Amino acid sequence: MNYIEKHPKLIQFIFLLVIFFTICFLVSPSETNILWRLPSLFAGVPLVINNFAEYLMYDWMLIEIYDPELEEYEDSALVKEITRSFSRSVLFCIEVIRDILLGGVKTIVAFTSWDFVKENQWAVWPALPWTLVASGVMLLGYALKGKGLALFAGFATVYIAVFGQWEPAMETLSFVLIAAPTSCLLGLLFGVLAYKNRTVEATLMPLLNIAQTMPHFSYLVPVMVFFGVGDHAGAIATIIFATPPMIRLTLLGLKGVAPEVVEAGMMNGCNNIQLMFKVLIPTARRDILIGINQVIMQCLAMAVIASFIGAKGLGFNLLLALNQLRIGQALELGICIVLIAVVLDKLSLAWANKQTDYFADLSFIQKHKYGFYFLALILFTIMCAYLGSIIFADGINYLYLIPHNRGITTELFWQSGVDWMVDNWYHGLQGFNTALIVKVLMPMKAAFLGMPVSATFVLMMGLGYIIGGTKSALTVGGFLLFIALTEWWDRALITAYMTTFGVIVSVIIGVTVGSLCAQTSFTSKAILLVCDTFQTFPSFIYLIPVIMLFGVTDTSVLIAVIVYSTIPATRYTVEGLRNVPQSLQDAGSMSGVNRMQRWLKIEMPLAFPHIMLGINQTVIFALFMVIIGAMIGTDDLGQYILKALSDKNGIGNGLMLGLCVAFIGLAVDHLIHTWADQRKLILGLK
Amino acid sequence: MISQSKSNSTAQPVIKCVSVCKIFGENANKLLKQSNGVIDAKTFQDAGCVVGVNNASFEVHKGEMLVVMGLSGSGKSTLLRCISRLADTTAGDIFIDGQDLLAMSSKQLIELRRNKMGMVFQNFALLPHKTVLENIAFPLQVKGYGTEDSIKRAVEMVELVGLNGRENYFPRELSGGQQQRVGIARSLAVEPDIWFLDEPFSALDPLIRKEMQDEFLRLQGVLNKTILFVTHDFNEALRLADRIAIMKDGVIEQLDTPANIVLNPATEYVRKFTKEVPREKVLKIESVMDPIEKITDFGSLKVSRNAIIETVAEAILTEQKNVAVVDDNGAVIGSIHASKIIQILFGNSDSFEQSK
Repeated sequence: MNYIEKHPKLIQFIFLLVIFFTICFLVSPSETNILWRLPSLFAGVPLVINNFAEYLMYDWMLIEIYDPELEEYEDSALVKEITRSFSRSVLFCIEVIRDILLGGVKTIVAFTSWDFVKENQWAVWPALPWTLVASGVMLLGYALKGKGLALFAGFATVYIAVFGQWEPAMETLSFVLIAAPTSCLLGLLFGVLAYKNRTVEATLMPLLNIAQTMPHFSYLVPVMVFFGVGDHAGAIATIIFATPPMIRLTLLGLKGVAPEVVEAGMMNGCNNIQLMFKVLIPTARRDILIGINQVIMQCLAMAVIASFIGAKGLGFNLLLALNQLRIGQALELGICIVLIAVVLDKLSLAWANKQTDYFADLSFIQKHKYGFYFLALILFTIMCAYLGSIIFADGINYLYLIPHNRGITTELFWQSGVDWMVDNWYHGLQGFNTALIVKVLMPMKAAFLGMPVSATFVLMMGLGYIIGGTKSALTVGGFLLFIALTEWWDRALITAYMTTFGVIVSVIIGVTVGSLCAQTSFTSKAILLVCDTFQTFPSFIYLIPVIMLFGVTDTSVLIAVIVYSTIPATRYTVEGLRNVPQSLQDAGSMSGVNRMQRWLKIEMPLAFPHIMLGINQTVIFALFMVIIGAMIGTDDLGQYILKALSDKNGIGNGLMLGLCVAFIGLAVDHLIHTWADQRKLILGLK
Repeated sequence: MISQSKSNSTAQPVIKCVSVCKIFGENANKLLKQSNGVIDAKTFQDAGCVVGVNNASFEVHKGEMLVVMGLSGSGKSTLLRCISRLADTTAGDIFIDGQDLLAMSSKQLIELRRNKMGMVFQNFALLPHKTVLENIAFPLQVKGYGTEDSIKRAVEMVELVGLNGRENYFPRELSGGQQQRVGIARSLAVEPDIWFLDEPFSALDPLIRKEMQDEFLRLQGVLNKTILFVTHDFNEALRLADRIAIMKDGVIEQLDTPANIVLNPATEYVRKFTKEVPREKVLKIESVMDPIEKITDFGSLKVSRNAIIETVAEAILTEQKNVAVVDDNGAVIGSIHASKIIQILFGNSDSFEQSK
């Protein structure tokens, strides 16, 4: 009795489970039974969205536009003209960078005309030799940080060139160099606005929540409708996707600045602008730099996804290689993307951390030595390229530009490796694969699909009520109701089943590994480094090795999900356990706890709220990966989003599906956050 | 000391507060209008407001150091924030050199802070991304100085606070005492007339705190600024202050010289602080000497009227006769006997007060 009184929530929970299973048994599957499945009342909404988008694009606010080719005025919709000119300017920026890196005529065309370029053979912008770009990046690395970064940058660029991926890599780089700075600036701008103005913050927050839980794919359709197809569309989709984390982290950083520091700035006579740029933003630098890192990672993760709407470069080739199951090539391309991501990240970090030496009394030449070095590099590499044109007179000038796929490749090696594994391990792998699918996945999927909608609602809303009262129950219920009223409830259940499976396995692995590694400071540092490294890889990279082993099946997707989402589970476990106050550890030691007791009675209860936040991240990561898994074939929401891409009227479907995924994530997020916050309050950690 | 503040009172005070009130809460202004200027903390509390500063009036003159002392929540930091206008004042007037501070536009305020005010913070409030030198040069750069000028001046300041050799360290690489030296140097870089210090030594270890207080007194000896110093440490207040304002629940309980506060605590609350204070360390000879008429028979020992009792006690105790107390010019203005010193050193503080 005493136990029950102490744990009223436990009783509530058991009671909830009893009701849940009773409903599951009592409600019979039938099309008309409202307790089994809700009618898809929202089925018409996508059409309304489609019509609205079309009206906006073609019929709303007609204005007269002069058409230079027909030499007369035409009626055109305002929105269309705005998006079109916006697309053009983005495309122009991308092409300028691309022309500088790879040569071409597009910039010249933009200022003159195609005819002019055709008539004048000389009007071609020459590409920079790859040696110049490579050594330039090395010099930049050296100037910003030192030898280490220079060597790493050199390795990365030489790798890309040697493996014959120079051209696609520069294409990718050209749109990343537009998208990443734009995202950072926009994120900073909105972050500052939200910091300054509570109304802006209140409006922005729910939007950010949705934006950060919407899968990458669902941004593509609206972008495609409004901005068309091509590199600029890819860049715009990337900007839309990469800005939210930057906004959030900027706001977080600014809010974390100690009030005393702000006061010190004010007392030193800063005006508002000085206060923002000299005090607040630099002091919040740690979080803002994490934001920039996130932006760069998102940009390169989008490199592949943006290729669905016509962005050229590494991502496009990677997608092709994946579709053709050319594992070796996909791996090489994946490494290229990771290298670009890491180099950009390290360079931006080094730039932000750069110090000035006020005491150095430098001569003019010393002050501008890197400029002179760069001039020397230009001369040297051009001479090399010229020499190359003599040495390789007949074939490819390897010292100027290495054309696509003309470098060395290790594809054969990987392919034979895959073949060898298939030959030798086929039965083992296939046996595991079949057993997993037949014994675990299929029954689990059937169980999820066999759940009446009323039971799901009772379970989730009941959990919400137990954790956070009526408000939480209604919030979660609202998210679920939206999904239940669309025509994709079954698909959402499949997504939920895959995510649940991935999360369960990830959490078991993550918490175990994390707990073991947290025992000593050396292993915890090592595992955090491993987590950092793995987090640098764009998400789809994880798909490559698993396809290699398991082919195109649910198993592949799930293993990728598990690998990807184990990272946050592990990281948060280690952080949570390591952050248990030393005084408590000492108190435990003096009470004579053994290792197991220490873990169970001291560390775990205190670290648990933090670990739950890790599990929250795990859920979001898993959800994203399940959706990305659509690229190699699943039958959940992700697949339908992918289908919406090729549909002319996909915008409505794409948005609704994206919202469905976002709402699954938000419902879980809400429950875990509410719980963890309460728990932290009780433990006095907040 | 008393004569000094008298001579200053004719000149314009540097800081002048008239009935300053600071009330936190949304409907503070409405309540204030209803209350007709008489603030009862309880009425406000019931309405969901918190009274930070309640009807504070005082003046600080040029070169004077006023220490505002109070426990946490007494409103001492709030008062300082009102005078530096980091917090908005709910009611009352504040004048800086005769100018109405509360009527200033934000532009005028920025000018005032850039040229006349310096502030030191409890937790140092250094900019984490700037080195020692850059932190000190920061107010100058904000003011519009070029890099070369501001760094040159910052180097001088580094020398003043004794941080030579650590110019290129980041705040995180310094100890607490060193960080506060940077904070002090930064607040002095623009050569302000008014120096605000908000519990500058509270976050430091006791030994370092003592060292920093000495350093602070040395600096003040050189610079002679007008100072508003906030602390929760009564002994620190006694050690540094020309005058002390003791605050409780937003009200200034007593504002007087350290000696007068120790000798004549105005309220029961103030008495609690003074009870534990060793008088010989605070009081000067002049505040315990007997008038000159009584005695004419002096020994050879003479003590200055400004000497702290503790420093001359041993000499007086070894003297059999009355000891003459002299002023700065050497003229005898009073006398003191060993028995009086014994009473101060070993007597009960209550009986001491009564005997006066």
